[in-house]
Amino acid sequence: MVVGRTLSEAILSSKSGGPARAGDIVVCEPDLILGTDGSTPMAIDYFEAMGGQAVADATRILLACDHYAPPTSTTTSGFHRRMEDFARTHGIEILPVGGGISFQVALDTDRVAPGDLVVGADSHTVTCGAVGAFATGVGSSDLAGAFLTGRVWLRVPHTIRVVLEGEIPTGVGAKDVALELVRVLGTGTADYAALEFHGPAAAAMPVAERMVLSNMSVDMGAMAGLFDTAVVSDLHRAQRPAVREHTLDVATMEPQVALPHDPGNSVPVGEAVGRPVDWVLLGTCTGGRVHDFREALRVLRAAGGLAPGVTLVVTPPSQAVRAALEADGTLEAFETLGAVVTETGCGPCCATSGPLPPPNAKVLSTGSRNYRGRMGDPSVDIMLASPATCAAAAASGRVVDPRSIS
Amino acid sequence: MSRSVEGKARRFGHRVSTDTIISSSRKRESIDPHLLKAFIFESVDPRFAASVTRGDILVAGRAFGCGSAMEVAVTVLQAAGFSAVVAEDFSRSYLRNAVNNGLLPVECDTSSIEEGDQLRVDVGRESVRVVNVTQKRVLEARAWPPFLLDILEAGGLVNYLRDGDGFANTRS
Repeated sequence: MVVGRTLSEAILSSKSGGPARAGDIVVCEPDLILGTDGSTPMAIDYFEAMGGQAVADATRILLACDHYAPPTSTTTSGFHRRMEDFARTHGIEILPVGGGISFQVALDTDRVAPGDLVVGADSHTVTCGAVGAFATGVGSSDLAGAFLTGRVWLRVPHTIRVVLEGEIPTGVGAKDVALELVRVLGTGTADYAALEFHGPAAAAMPVAERMVLSNMSVDMGAMAGLFDTAVVSDLHRAQRPAVREHTLDVATMEPQVALPHDPGNSVPVGEAVGRPVDWVLLGTCTGGRVHDFREALRVLRAAGGLAPGVTLVVTPPSQAVRAALEADGTLEAFETLGAVVTETGCGPCCATSGPLPPPNAKVLSTGSRNYRGRMGDPSVDIMLASPATCAAAAASGRVVDPRSIS
Repeated sequence: MSRSVEGKARRFGHRVSTDTIISSSRKRESIDPHLLKAFIFESVDPRFAASVTRGDILVAGRAFGCGSAMEVAVTVLQAAGFSAVVAEDFSRSYLRNAVNNGLLPVECDTSSIEEGDQLRVDVGRESVRVVNVTQKRVLEARAWPPFLLDILEAGGLVNYLRDGDGFANTRS
């Protein structure tokens, strides 16, 4: 039995065919390679410049038309056509517009197993760490290299153990924990570390909530964010002490709001109460679980419905999530309340498709990023919060504490 | 010396995101860096793009290139004329993309560098350093792993993998 490895070292040893220690550079064979319409068109250019004739293993590649969903320009519909041609030529599976966000679909369809290595040309590929995979984002040139060789080089990260003590109180969600961790870890950069989430609150989280923490691990500055599972634990048994450990007592946590223009600018909701909000986004890869939409609908109804002058946009991240929300009437209920339900995908979060907030809008979003200009216009102020806090704001036209709504 | 470039410092702060370098909404119209270069840093200063001269060196603080892994955030800076980015550290996806395209990412303490300083960046196997010609000061930078220098010396990932045998074994 090999002892004394972190989860990341255990997985990267397995995928590189030899011992992998923090700091090493290793060449690995990913189990799954993800590309999006935001990254794949450029990757095809790189692939062709590399002299690529064939991909190494089409069965390990999944492409998704998720950012420009729907495409709003001839350029972006052209990106989709180019990806479809490439996928057909090489026998690669491609998700059409409306098919969903690449890594969400990979998780929905059980393509990711504990101990897997997932590499995706989308920074939020890290979401797959929720099931105990080592998952990390790369750019278009690395995606092209992975198409061509079936391999990718990775620097084995050191590890920061994030211990979540206590029990998450009612009215506080995984998103609030994630924003707090971005504030604490992200502003200093986790310096290419992998985060491993441990402790009773982590163990108690269903996968849908683990996905939120893994998703925002990249915004904490990390290379990956993994949850332990029994299968992964079997890989390594004894753990070497991590480089750093950060403990967060979630029992005393409050809902958080990240103020403009950095996801690390989070404050307890009490310090943001009263700030005007006229544009709300529910969904995205961060806040797009089935229970997120149901919780948001519950709060919106309890608070009396959509406030006059507030635009509410609802974007399901995948077909599976959309189907569940159609089946139980959630999407129809949002529309009845005056919300705009969009095509499945990344939606307005990164301004790659619409609808987009107007100049000077005050946005509250379940997304992961609020950099200036992120949603298209630099005059827009974007704040980030949980689905419940976003719904409460949609009902009142300002930030309110969602716990004040029964 | 593997690579040496010289140019004028253009100063930014901490946590410059890829969306700040180039808004992803611009990618709806084109991913050609020669068209997109007119819009770099538009949310910070719409006049910035026109003020860049070929060879300028971008200087920033912590976590340069955080956020989206979009690679145009590297190629657009190259198209605008930048040869190197000197920062306290980078997001890892930005660092990879920079190396793969031949934009030099150099990590050192940048706090003393001021807008307009004349800099020389020397990236070698033995050492990486930033010479501040204006201030007559040498800043030692983080060394590059040999594997990354191999990609750099090949001229980027495309040349490294073109007609080759794939990735070299990193275990000796």
